[in-house]
Amino acid sequence: MEQTLTTVETAKQLGLLEEEFEKIKSILGRTPNFTELSIFSVMWSEHCSYKNSIVWLKKLPKDSPRMLAKAGEENAGLVDIGDGLACSFKIESHNHPSAIEPYQGAATGVGGINRDIFTMGARPIAQLNSLRFGDITKDKTKGLLKGVVKGIGDYGNAFGIPTVGGELFFDPSYNINPLVNAFSAGIVESGKTVSATSYGVGNPVFIVGSATGKDGIHGAAFASKDITEDSANDLPSVQVGDPFQEKLLLEATLDVIESGCVIGMQDMGAAGITCSTSEMSAKGEHGMEIWLDKVPTRQPNMKPFEILLSESQERMLIVVKKGEEATIKKICDKWDLYCEQIGVVNDSKRLTYFQNGELVADVPADDLVLGGGAPVYHREYREPAYFQETKKFKIDSVSEPKSLEEFKKIAEHLVSHPNICSRRWVSEQYDSMVGTATMTTNMPSDAAIVKIKGTNKAIAIKVDCNSRYVNADPEEGTAIAVAEAARNIVCSGGEPLAITNCLNFGNPYVPEVYWHFVGAIKGMKKACEKFETPVTGGNVSFYNQSSDEGPVFPTPTIGMLGLLEDKSNAMTLAFQKAGDLIYLVGEAQNDINSSEYLYSYQKVALSPAPHFDLEEEYKVQNTIKELIKSKAITSAHDVSDGGLYIALLEAAMPKHLGFSIKTNSDFRKDAYLFGESQSRVVVSVKAEQKAAFEEMLKSKNTGFTLLGEVTSGVCEIDGETWHQTSDMKHVYDNALGEIMAN
Amino acid sequence: MKKGRKSAKQNHETLKISYLWAMKFGVVIFPGSNCDQDVIDVLSKTMNQEVVKLWHKDHDLQGCDFIMLPGGFSYGDYLRSGAIARFSPIMQEVIQHANRGGYVMGICNGFQILTEAGLLPGALLRNQEQKFLCKNVYVKPQTTSLLATQLLDTNKAYKIPVAHGEGRFYTDADTLKKIQDNDQVMFRYCSHDGIIAPEFDCNGSLDNIAGITNEGRNVFGMMPHPERAADADLGNTDGKAIFESLLAGVLA
Repeated sequence: MEQTLTTVETAKQLGLLEEEFEKIKSILGRTPNFTELSIFSVMWSEHCSYKNSIVWLKKLPKDSPRMLAKAGEENAGLVDIGDGLACSFKIESHNHPSAIEPYQGAATGVGGINRDIFTMGARPIAQLNSLRFGDITKDKTKGLLKGVVKGIGDYGNAFGIPTVGGELFFDPSYNINPLVNAFSAGIVESGKTVSATSYGVGNPVFIVGSATGKDGIHGAAFASKDITEDSANDLPSVQVGDPFQEKLLLEATLDVIESGCVIGMQDMGAAGITCSTSEMSAKGEHGMEIWLDKVPTRQPNMKPFEILLSESQERMLIVVKKGEEATIKKICDKWDLYCEQIGVVNDSKRLTYFQNGELVADVPADDLVLGGGAPVYHREYREPAYFQETKKFKIDSVSEPKSLEEFKKIAEHLVSHPNICSRRWVSEQYDSMVGTATMTTNMPSDAAIVKIKGTNKAIAIKVDCNSRYVNADPEEGTAIAVAEAARNIVCSGGEPLAITNCLNFGNPYVPEVYWHFVGAIKGMKKACEKFETPVTGGNVSFYNQSSDEGPVFPTPTIGMLGLLEDKSNAMTLAFQKAGDLIYLVGEAQNDINSSEYLYSYQKVALSPAPHFDLEEEYKVQNTIKELIKSKAITSAHDVSDGGLYIALLEAAMPKHLGFSIKTNSDFRKDAYLFGESQSRVVVSVKAEQKAAFEEMLKSKNTGFTLLGEVTSGVCEIDGETWHQTSDMKHVYDNALGEIMAN
Repeated sequence: MKKGRKSAKQNHETLKISYLWAMKFGVVIFPGSNCDQDVIDVLSKTMNQEVVKLWHKDHDLQGCDFIMLPGGFSYGDYLRSGAIARFSPIMQEVIQHANRGGYVMGICNGFQILTEAGLLPGALLRNQEQKFLCKNVYVKPQTTSLLATQLLDTNKAYKIPVAHGEGRFYTDADTLKKIQDNDQVMFRYCSHDGIIAPEFDCNGSLDNIAGITNEGRNVFGMMPHPERAADADLGNTDGKAIFESLLAGVLA
């Protein structure tokens, strides 16, 4: 065994606390050597152990009759969607790599999330992403956006799974630290799923996929003084993605599963071989003997800790039944992938790593992992000073616009605003149609709808978070994020089933930042309970802040899965025909809180989150579900960023139609048109269905207003012509591209 | 051809209802192909044809009448799209099949491979805007004296999606003239109402060319993906007519 013993200084350099170093010594009954300390440092890192968040994450609802795997148990959530099928889905962040190297950072984020899905035996069928950047007028931001979008596109397009939607938001709080969250969903036959486990004494352990290189070795940077003083500078901290290898790995993995030889499998993401060997062993309550010299490497003479910690992409750890060695080798040979046996399962419950016959590390599996011996901390939290400031805002402090000219100016400001205008500059760089299952290409909808071939079903998926609302009020803002995701699924004709979350926050050791986190969890909990959408997993990304500009807006991105039992119930957001009636379902409010209008046009930075009532929201969603099922409406589009006016325009543009509506003098006109109060949906109804529609809403006791009717191309409010839809569409479609070209 | 009975011309009216010809299709699968299953789905499920997968390492075309090269990123396409695929074992057979007059069609990456293999003239360069582009575009058939377009309407703009980073058709002036003179242009990019003009050329292709055939008129290549426009669930079936044309019998 390697003799160099470590000190508390080394532990600190690896990111461990003094108390954690003491704990490691007591677990081992001796002082760890450097390799062992490296193993503990990555497994007890925030990323793998959730040590600063798990106390609160455990409060989130996890149960529903549809859950086939509980949060944290597997690589991704697994939800029963009936007919013997399950949907595996998850969202994950790749923020820090993308901040340093946007192209590879984003690309490997896409690779990682898809591996999480196919590791479980599911074939990915659709991807989404949620992106947040700083001030778009800065060259640095444009460079980051270009790199991230190209990275996602090049990886996802070649991998061959459609990117069917996403979100994009700009705010100066993300100037230094952009957020890149990637979502993937896949389908698997129930009973054909594979677990991230390992058991059966004597079963061989294989590594499949790319060779292991010196990329992404986090610990190494800190370890330079002790071990690799000269070489450390050569180690890139960002991994490099190869979508071609990923595609081969996908096909080979699914073939290997189909062959029936698999005991357990886990992809190699964070902390590489260390994480997969320890988590699988801990779950299966077994041990492993691993021969590091058998691992195919990209360069000679890699040190044990480098092989163990490498985050080289497109690799899979697979435990197969003894005697099936030839089966897995034959399949991998077909796909021209490396496939080497690197160890064997034993019943020691320990991980022993050897190199050239020499024992280099000996650690207990369970003590490394979340739920086992990994530390758990309660962090202090404190309400930040600005929170009381937000509450002081009163709508009367903003003078109400009066003239048609000013209203038109506001409309033009919003339509061309980078947070509201068309995302096509981004979305057209992604293959959104490969797989021939994307139903929302030709029928735009509030959520992306992807049909499940061979069945009558479709899934509806959506990522959502208005982080300005969350910053204004973490609890209400996060509840709104869940509610809006659910509303989008409902408006597209789906039934919300479950969520995955990507919790992007600043430094958890700052009490005001941790207060954001705690509030977000509370809001998520109450909303998920109301909509019966349990949390199936996700990830936590802390430390999204720079020393000079403070933390990013708290951004708990919600990825929601919905189901259409009958894909013919898919609902579009687009008005269908001139003359159809336009209704608002839900109640209007005299509210402009945290709206894009208030923030970027009126330049009021602090105000509360928009009006939101969970019960009211629930009622509106149930009413919309009924309206869609009974074919009472021809379109449904929720009112969100930019308010009612933008919702109407977005519904009018796809079929080159317009609208003529009346506002309500009980409300300020700017609040009525541009306010972002929640729980409102714009629907269109055929004139002949007016009576039936109104009858149904009355019976549901849901508030509604007849706004007006669909026109053949003019946007008219209170009898005044504001614009032609075609002119606004031109601005809407091209605004982002024009900003990016300058 | 296995079950051909009458010429397409004699039965033009009935063609759209029932197919006179049944063909055995082979879809080549390169490592990195990712539209293979989409093409297989359309041929086997929508068109009810026999389809076999042809693995890139094999040398056997399994008696197929019609070879399809699907879209994707063959061998990763890190070098130049299609540049490596042309050297694969199966492509040697496909080239011989084409040279014998057998039918071959390449869609997107398949088109790129056919130009690399010399079965179609020209080359597909990086899009003018230097970005990957995925969206619905419109194309207008330029000839119907071709197996792949015989049922199409040359006055209609067909909505068919593109999804490529390297789709800008290019060739030298002499070759272009030859292609034009020989009626080898299969499709041109156009507006939704059928106007062929530079502003509707989504990737900067020479002469708005979206698809071509060879001199022998048995090899077809196109950048747009008709298999993505053949299922009513997806709200666009403009591409189906191309597959129906393939099955409408040989030209008289």
